[in-house]
Amino acid sequence: MSHEEDPKPVTRAVKALGVLVALRAAARAVRSRTTEPPPRPPESEIDPRRRIVPANRRAETLVAGLILIAALFALAFTVIYIVSSDDTQLLGVAMGGALCLLAAACIVAGKFVVPQETHVEERGALLDEEQTGEAVGMIEAGGEGISRRALLTGAGGVAGVAIVTAAATPLASLGPTLKEFHETPWTRGTRLVDDQGRPFRADDIQIGSFYTALPEHGDPESLGAGVLVVRLPASYIHLPEARRDWAPEGILAYSKICPHAGCAIALYRYPTYAPTSQEPAFTCPCHYSTFLPGEGGRLVFGPAGRALPQLPLMVDGEGYLRAASGFHEDIGPSWWGIHRSQS
Amino acid sequence: MNLVERYVHRRFERASRSAEQRVGLAGAVKWALRYVFPDHWSFLLGEIALYSFMVLVVTGIFLTLYYVPSDAQVIYHGSYALLYGEQMSEAYRSVLNLSVDVPAGLLFRQVHHWAADVFIASIVLHLMRVFFTGAYRKPRDFNYFIGLTMLMLAILEGFAGYSLVDDLLSGMGLAIAYSVAMSIPFVGGQLASLVWGGPFPGRSVFWPRLEIVHVLIIPAALALLITLHLAMIMRQHHSQFPGPGRRERNVVGTPMWPAYALRSIGLMLAVGGVLFLLGGLIQINPIWQWGPYHPYLSENGAQPDWYIGWLIGALRLMPNWELVIAGRTVIPNPFWGGAAFPLFVFVVLFAWPAIERRITGDVLRHDLLDRPRDRPIRTAIGAAFLSWVVIVFAVGSTDRIFYRMGISYTTQIHVWRVGIWVLPILVFFITRSACRSLQRAEAHPLRAWQGNVVRRTPAGGVEVLSDSPDRSVPPISEPPVGTLPGSES
Repeated sequence: MSHEEDPKPVTRAVKALGVLVALRAAARAVRSRTTEPPPRPPESEIDPRRRIVPANRRAETLVAGLILIAALFALAFTVIYIVSSDDTQLLGVAMGGALCLLAAACIVAGKFVVPQETHVEERGALLDEEQTGEAVGMIEAGGEGISRRALLTGAGGVAGVAIVTAAATPLASLGPTLKEFHETPWTRGTRLVDDQGRPFRADDIQIGSFYTALPEHGDPESLGAGVLVVRLPASYIHLPEARRDWAPEGILAYSKICPHAGCAIALYRYPTYAPTSQEPAFTCPCHYSTFLPGEGGRLVFGPAGRALPQLPLMVDGEGYLRAASGFHEDIGPSWWGIHRSQS
Repeated sequence: MNLVERYVHRRFERASRSAEQRVGLAGAVKWALRYVFPDHWSFLLGEIALYSFMVLVVTGIFLTLYYVPSDAQVIYHGSYALLYGEQMSEAYRSVLNLSVDVPAGLLFRQVHHWAADVFIASIVLHLMRVFFTGAYRKPRDFNYFIGLTMLMLAILEGFAGYSLVDDLLSGMGLAIAYSVAMSIPFVGGQLASLVWGGPFPGRSVFWPRLEIVHVLIIPAALALLITLHLAMIMRQHHSQFPGPGRRERNVVGTPMWPAYALRSIGLMLAVGGVLFLLGGLIQINPIWQWGPYHPYLSENGAQPDWYIGWLIGALRLMPNWELVIAGRTVIPNPFWGGAAFPLFVFVVLFAWPAIERRITGDVLRHDLLDRPRDRPIRTAIGAAFLSWVVIVFAVGSTDRIFYRMGISYTTQIHVWRVGIWVLPILVFFITRSACRSLQRAEAHPLRAWQGNVVRRTPAGGVEVLSDSPDRSVPPISEPPVGTLPGSES
């Protein structure tokens, strides 16, 4: 797989370089064009100051009324809480109503009861040349008489870097080594069980449905635990040569975890009328990566960067499904250290 | 003044003197009481964000007293019958108990969840106001950077918050977040290992870590940045739109005391009131329906909270490119949509003030805002960029569109992989020409002033008092209160 993709990054890099060169040329062209600074917004010289004292008795009455009704709503909250505390809707209406009514009172008071004033404040300059100069001078005066300035600065810098590094080092204790990232609970002979711990027999697996299996005695909460099990008619199975023995009786198992972003795959498409339908496929409900169980988990649509990892199966003497080995590649989302499939 | 009022006045004066003898802040109080707020509805968006944050803190304190940050697997024996006997984490059980058994617990949880959605929405709208009016220019560029930082923290905070529940929906979100962390070239494994303490779903230490990030570290950082944000606004004063009496070097508006204080407190109460109504009446994140999370389970048709929608959209839209060199996965696929895309959006936003300075050569201080139409290029670039992000956001709902309207999912994805590059270019040209034609027409796009001011003469005729809009008059985005358009000159 990686051999096929090798030439691509190179051509892509060349293309990217070309785009960068073009962008730079465009930027230069933009800069060399003499653009006038856009016109400043208009300034108005009229005096907008005014102060109106409303003396509005009706508005005062309205505000008083709103405040009193708000008080009623607030009281109702307490009453509802005591009488039927699980009534979320009534509690919400009581508290929300009280706050909204108080809000209305405040806004009416702010607009019609208190003096309405338009006021002008002058903006001072933020940069005061003289003050800034003096401040710079005062700070620099603190270093008066020091001759080994570079030495002191260098020493301070070294100590600073060392202390920051020392302070950041304990971050490493948050995480363990990366070895566990390659482990799954599946080994040769592990039985496939359902979420109640009942082992799957090969005969349990019907065509047209998918089954979620977990490793017997393995931690079901680990990312590698869940596998999808399906049975396909032989006409749909086109496994690579190396995987010929992985699907006894046409039963296939794949990691349930999408190799794109780690969601559990939960959609299974099975053709109801073979001549016109597409072949059986798994789809992840998060970003809709679609994989073909009949073709070793090959991706046919969606953003996943690699195929769905397959778990080799075998059927033991009593008819139970067992893993023929662990996974041959890492399951879960791709990352820098991942072991990809060789086939 | 009657007797009571005189008594109250005397008591108040005495109390003030007594306080002043100890703190000596009368000068500062006087300054604050006269502090001027320019009146414009769009200036309230930031205030709504501030007040939502307050609601989040208050309701969050209530929730944190019940939450148990533990992934220990337990069997549920609580009062919600449909999950009786299910295996679940202690974290999920604690939130389930809070929702179904604690009096008013569900109300507080839903208010908290709604407040988070409103908080981030108002920040985004506030950012759009700041962008399209050029409010990020000197001297406010520092404050703009602080605001962008708060937006990033808010998204992270929201995600951490709903992930704490450990229900099936949020568990899938965490799995994706883990995959994105893992996908970072060279260091992804180490990074994920630092955060989760091991391979997904992580060790038990992950849950207390996530909780402390959500209830302490990010909120404390947000509170600090909010303080800085407001302190800088107070130092520089608000920017303002052009209007009667408004100049670069002054600020015209309502002083803080009493009218503005009352209105702003009114807004605070209204935000709280609306959030409580939403939390009480409109169900959000019914975790008992999703059920507990197990890595081998997932739910179909899952949709995250709205502010994560752009990331799920980017992950879905991205072709299956994965850079593999010599057997090493250098760039795993989730990196493009989950990390590179949001990073690029924020880098552009952070760099924009410098880019604009570079293009226009404008390094002056600006306290008067631009109307979007007066800067057609900036507005068009902003609209195009916004449409680019909004398309990605909309792609996050492609599965719902398939479900509701039956438009094939794969077709939608293939169309948008092209549309994502074509539509923003169209938006650029449409916005630019719309700005230019609005400039010519001098009409408010929503509240256009069209027509003339007339007077009926005693003889029965009609006399035109003044042409409106008067094109020689400085553009005013709406007729100023108390004046007739065009009567000012």
